[in-house]
Amino acid sequence: MVGIGKTAFGAFPDRDLRSLAVEAGQKCLADAHVTPSKIEAFYLGNFAGPAFVGQNHLAPYIASALGISGVPCTRFEAACASSGSAFFHAVASVAAGMNDLVLVAGVEKMTSQPTPVVTEILAGAGDTAGEVRAGATFPALFGMIARRHMFQYGTTREQLAAVAVKNHSNGAKNPLAHMRKVITMAQALAGKPIAEPLTIYDCSLVSDGAAAVLIAPLDRAAEFTSTPAKILGIAQTSDAVALDNKDDITTFRAVGMAAEKAYKMAGVKPTDIEFAEVHDCFTIAEIIAMEDLGWVAKGEGGPYAISGQTCLKAERPVNPSGGLKSKGHPVGATGVGQICDLVMQIRGEAGDLQVQRHSLGLAENLGGSGATAVVTILGAA
Amino acid sequence: MSRAGVVYTETVVHAAPPQFVADAPYQLAIVTLGDGSRTTVRILGERVAIGDPVEPAEERGGVAFFRKAP
Repeated sequence: MVGIGKTAFGAFPDRDLRSLAVEAGQKCLADAHVTPSKIEAFYLGNFAGPAFVGQNHLAPYIASALGISGVPCTRFEAACASSGSAFFHAVASVAAGMNDLVLVAGVEKMTSQPTPVVTEILAGAGDTAGEVRAGATFPALFGMIARRHMFQYGTTREQLAAVAVKNHSNGAKNPLAHMRKVITMAQALAGKPIAEPLTIYDCSLVSDGAAAVLIAPLDRAAEFTSTPAKILGIAQTSDAVALDNKDDITTFRAVGMAAEKAYKMAGVKPTDIEFAEVHDCFTIAEIIAMEDLGWVAKGEGGPYAISGQTCLKAERPVNPSGGLKSKGHPVGATGVGQICDLVMQIRGEAGDLQVQRHSLGLAENLGGSGATAVVTILGAA
Repeated sequence: MSRAGVVYTETVVHAAPPQFVADAPYQLAIVTLGDGSRTTVRILGERVAIGDPVEPAEERGGVAFFRKAP
């Protein structure tokens, strides 16, 4: 990783999808001191640009505005793991020797649609012939996951709320976060219901935003930066799309498989990881991530969330950026945004969000209710 | 084959997509059927909890509506 660039995440009525992606891309190229003509391929993660803003053929649409042309420009769609998937395939192309300098971006422009329409578009990441037809929304799917986790493991509303309180506490310090506001446990528990047992404070935000990273082979990294971050392990996996087609909905099997592969590739154990950005699209998802990533035993994610061991100043912070909950969740930008957050930590450039130990970080990006997972492990080069 | 089943998990949806706004709040459940398969259904009438026995009540617009079994 030789360059990163991010826009702020938020609701930006005067910004269109392309201008957000271009801003992130230009910041990334400037960070690595690279001109657009040097880019050998452009990989874009975007979930639903056609539905949100009516634009298709997005990869060359954005690349040409960045001054990139004549090279492969491809869009990846994997629900909320769209840019995680773009990143995975970009890394594979560099590792295979097909390309040296690859720009990966993620973007989503969501706030131009009213909330019920956003809900409907997001539901397209579920099974529209089954669960969605019956009336499921994404909060409903994760509400059902939370209910079952509570039933099987005794997970509590307070444990869910603790994730929101902690992530808002971090996000309040993040200059690029969508909702920079501290919330209390009492507020989180009294939130308006969205899909029981989840309230508004259990749900991530509907946001606009973009993020970009530049990948180069390790032996060329010094040409671009004095502080490269090394990709130690990465895996993308899949599972059934429909929640009712999974044996056990209290675990994201794809995350467990991706984590196992990524740990193996990196030659590290779960306990070696020093900090993580995980996919808290809903509070229950951060609790389950701790279990699926092997940080705690199955069912122990709830007590762990409320124990303080995931806080910014703890030994192994989780979502120091504020997570999707506070930082915002422009779905197609989230995966690459997490990678940018890891790189900032590894460089020691995370400001008020800086974690104490920052030489080995993990990102977990989840698509839908677990049909796609991407796990990446980054270290100081 | 009996279409009766047991509630595997459930939620009550308050924030609905446009086509279901008039129904909200409504209960949705994943039901484990007699053959072990699972399906996502809407619940009519009394609210149900995990483990409750349920049975089909009607089908509307390709959506199965179940209710609590006596």
